[in-house]
Amino acid sequence: MTQHVLLIEDEPNIAEAIRFLLTRDGLRVSHAAEGAAALQMVWQDPPDLMILDHMLPGMSGLEILTAVRADPKSRDLPVLMLTARGRDREMAQEAGADCFMTKPFSNAEILAEVRSMLGQPRRGG
Amino acid sequence: MPFNLLVLSCLLYVAFLFAVAFLVERRAARGRLGWLRSPLVYTLSLSIYCTAWTFYGAVGYAARSGLEFLTIYFGPTLVFIGWWWLLRKLVRIGRQYHVTSIADLISSRYGKSNLLGVIVTLIAVIAATPYIALQLQSVVLSFGVFASAAPDGSRPLDPGQTAVWVAVGLAFFTILFGTRNLDAREQHHGIVTAIAVEAVVKLVALLAVGSFVVWGIAGGVAEVIAKIDAADLSAWQVEPGRWTGLIFLSAAAVITLPRMFQVMVVENEDEGHLARASWAFPLYLLAMSLFIVPIAVVGLERMPAGSNPDMFVLTLPLAEGQGALAMLVFLGGFSSATSMVIVESIALATMISNHVMIPLWLRLRPGAAAADDLRSVVLMARRLAIAIVLALGYGYYHVSGGSAALAAIGLVAFLGVAQVLPAMLGGIFWRGATRTGALLGLLTGLVVWAYTSFLPSFGPGAALSEAVFTQGLFGLSWLRPQALFGTQTMDPITHALFWSMALNVLAFCLGSLFTFPGPVERLQGAAFVNVFEGSVGPQRWARGQVDPEALLGMAQRILGEETALSFFQDAARSQGKEGFLPDPTPTFLDQLETRLSGSVGAATAHAMISQLVGRATVTVEDLMAVASESAQLLEYSTQLEAREAELTRTAGALREANEKLTQLSLQKDAFLSQISHELRTPMTSIRAFSEILTDGDLPPEAVMRYGRIIHDEAKRLTRLLDNLLDLSVLENGSVQLNLGLASLQGMIDTALTAARQTRPDRDFLVVRDLPSEAIYLKTDADRLTQVFINLISNARKYCDAARPELRIVVRQRAGRVTVDFIDNGKGIPKDSQSLIFEKFARLTDANRAGGAGLGLAICREIMTSLGGAVAYLPGQKGAAFRVTVPLRLERQAA
Amino acid sequence: MRRPKPPLFLARAPYRRRRLRDAARLLPVVGIFLLLLPLLWTPDSRVALRSGDVIYFFLVWLGLIGVAAAFAPGLRGGDGTDDEED
Repeated sequence: MTQHVLLIEDEPNIAEAIRFLLTRDGLRVSHAAEGAAALQMVWQDPPDLMILDHMLPGMSGLEILTAVRADPKSRDLPVLMLTARGRDREMAQEAGADCFMTKPFSNAEILAEVRSMLGQPRRGG
Repeated sequence: MPFNLLVLSCLLYVAFLFAVAFLVERRAARGRLGWLRSPLVYTLSLSIYCTAWTFYGAVGYAARSGLEFLTIYFGPTLVFIGWWWLLRKLVRIGRQYHVTSIADLISSRYGKSNLLGVIVTLIAVIAATPYIALQLQSVVLSFGVFASAAPDGSRPLDPGQTAVWVAVGLAFFTILFGTRNLDAREQHHGIVTAIAVEAVVKLVALLAVGSFVVWGIAGGVAEVIAKIDAADLSAWQVEPGRWTGLIFLSAAAVITLPRMFQVMVVENEDEGHLARASWAFPLYLLAMSLFIVPIAVVGLERMPAGSNPDMFVLTLPLAEGQGALAMLVFLGGFSSATSMVIVESIALATMISNHVMIPLWLRLRPGAAAADDLRSVVLMARRLAIAIVLALGYGYYHVSGGSAALAAIGLVAFLGVAQVLPAMLGGIFWRGATRTGALLGLLTGLVVWAYTSFLPSFGPGAALSEAVFTQGLFGLSWLRPQALFGTQTMDPITHALFWSMALNVLAFCLGSLFTFPGPVERLQGAAFVNVFEGSVGPQRWARGQVDPEALLGMAQRILGEETALSFFQDAARSQGKEGFLPDPTPTFLDQLETRLSGSVGAATAHAMISQLVGRATVTVEDLMAVASESAQLLEYSTQLEAREAELTRTAGALREANEKLTQLSLQKDAFLSQISHELRTPMTSIRAFSEILTDGDLPPEAVMRYGRIIHDEAKRLTRLLDNLLDLSVLENGSVQLNLGLASLQGMIDTALTAARQTRPDRDFLVVRDLPSEAIYLKTDADRLTQVFINLISNARKYCDAARPELRIVVRQRAGRVTVDFIDNGKGIPKDSQSLIFEKFARLTDANRAGGAGLGLAICREIMTSLGGAVAYLPGQKGAAFRVTVPLRLERQAA
Repeated sequence: MRRPKPPLFLARAPYRRRRLRDAARLLPVVGIFLLLLPLLWTPDSRVALRSGDVIYFFLVWLGLIGVAAAFAPGLRGGDGTDDEED
């Protein structure tokens, strides 16, 4: 069964790039640009992995993460946080992110990370 | 020696003095006095103390009373060698407050009381009249000596006639040089110098005759000493009381004699001269006294019995056939008499005119201060007073008939003026001395002096009847004039000195202790006593309703046109005003009063300004100032409070600044994060898509699309870097402006078009008033447009209204144009308003992301360099920014 | 406002100048003493004039003048503000 990734990212270009990469890798990608829509999607169509941008309009990434962890249904959802700022790592880990990546990252890095979090072997590896 | 030759040389000598006085006056007028203002001239002018009484009388005194004559010179010596600080205080007060006479000093010190001035004037005139008569007598006597000794047997001339001629001549000389200028502080250089010359003449004459007597007649010092021991001067009675009393009396007189006060204080040019005079003047006195005893001893031995010892200095050389020496001595005596009379009459005339005649004139004609030519009135009054003084002197001489009583009059006169001493010293050293005290002291002293010394000096049966002498006034034996309260052991002068001074001081002290001084008095008292403590000058005038022009008119009439004009002009300039009419501030009125008092005395000057300012006494303000201790304390505490308030304000400002700094520091951190985010975001896209492209295996339209994305994001990076550079250039002030005329409407059009690229999806309603925008500005159009674009873009970006709307309002006012950009969003919260223009600031709400928070900072920098400003405009229901820009920006010199 | 308090300690030169002024103020007292002294010499106050008296008085007089002349240059220095009470 195709694994489902929820991507929450406000920058349309970055979102497009990630979606292209993950889709090409055989994953199903849904995308939300802001917090409220994202949380609705988490509970309606629970993903196997959430990629969450830190800096979002409206609810920030950390607030979304806190909300996700607070709900029993999504308490164990693996979350990969993206950030463009240097000092967000500790805050993210405290809030319960499983993994953390700083922009800009290479395509190979993010793909490897997503695969490992989804428990998949490295493609072609 | 032919008598006519004597008259001729006398006239020549006077002509010589005239010439000296005239030349010096001319040099003074050109301001080139040079050595004429030296301590030497000052010291010599002090020798006015040595009158004909000294010149002729001292020998007679020695012949009659042995060494007692020395007391007359010991007193001044003690005052000058040690109480230099007392004299200096007098001189300082005299200079600072333009004191014109001793009467003026007393009147000014005790609240500008003219009554006191009148009393002091009265005492001075009463005491001086016999003294002047004495001088006339000495001149007449010396003429007589020559006349009787004349070998051609010409008839002795009528003494009365000589006296008249001498009095008239002296009056003429005094009026000519004593009343040329009005301000007593600026004048009399001529007379002072002439007196210095006369001082030299009398000293040389006395030394010459002394040397002649010692070496020419007696045959040397040793012989003289032998003669002294052999001489029968046993009449000398050393009585400790009298000896001490006379030293005290002469010490008091040297300060209080009107003529001494005139040369010592009024004519003083420089306080430093006092230091030299402190030893040089006693030395002069010593030199004058040196040969007195030898002349007396030799005279008694040589001259026939019954000859007048007062004339020994003249008769001895004549008897020895030394005509030329006698001539010199005659001129010396003539100098002593004339210099005394001249200075004394100037001093007395100043007192009489300032304290008697002018006040009377002003009382009789209330409008006089403003209407009449006071300058000529004052000068006339002074001339008249000189004539009166000399006429009194002559009258006294005539009435007393040149009696021997005159010989004793010197000490009587000393005692008379010494009555001023308590009020004077009390006035300058004791703040508690009051007007009433001074009045009581002076009156008591005057009455006791007149009763115990002055009236008895005419002899029993003249002014006081025999009965009063022997039985006392009204038959009360304890009121006998020379044995008050039964004190009979003292000689008359000691007795008078003892009682007059004791009762005077007692009345003065009791009067001062039991009365309360008026406000002006207290101010003046403080000013005089603390004269060395700098500007304790009392604020005497409140800002009155006075027309400066009237003041100028009055000043012109007293000081003369040019002097008054330049005085007023200087005052106006110091107030920062052009022209000749300063504001009648209290300071100015004080200055004017001080200046005028130099001409007409403190009391009169005060009265005249009062007439114009429209009040005769002190105002409530004065009284307020007088309650000075409490007022000053109050002022002090008010100042403390003000300072505390200021401190609080400063602390508040500091706290505010600190808060701002702290916040800015936080904002700076946030900005760095923001910069990081702004840089990383486009770089993320660029990296991702470039890797995707590198992977290959893509349809052509995808390649093209991803390529454009990479391009856009690269542009975004460039823009960000451009902004940062722009800001740094603007902040350094090194921006190059491109000035030119540009239409405001055109600039707004351009800005609206450019800003449409920001969120082109949103439909914005722009409200403008085109006619108001029809303004041409001289400015840098590109830069200003950049600001407009920024503000409009911000509105497009951040206005969260459902139907966004932007109003642009243009106003023109006083060479400046304001352009308001007002949207209908929810605006910017108050606590953020002060920060939005800081370059690291960006409202935290990430919803507004899109710039790095540099836009408004750049706007602010641009507006500063354009000579304008951009500010947040609160209270407009939406976000509102006001741009202020000068209509015509002139290029700065830089 | 209050007057500023005068300083407690003075530099050497002003201190000397003040003492010099003190000395100048005392000089007349010395002078009076010396000028009254002869009155005590003779128990009988009624005496003939002696040349010794004359010479004594003039020597005292000259001495006082000499001391005053020595003081004078020191008195001149400094302004008036410091000499009132010290």
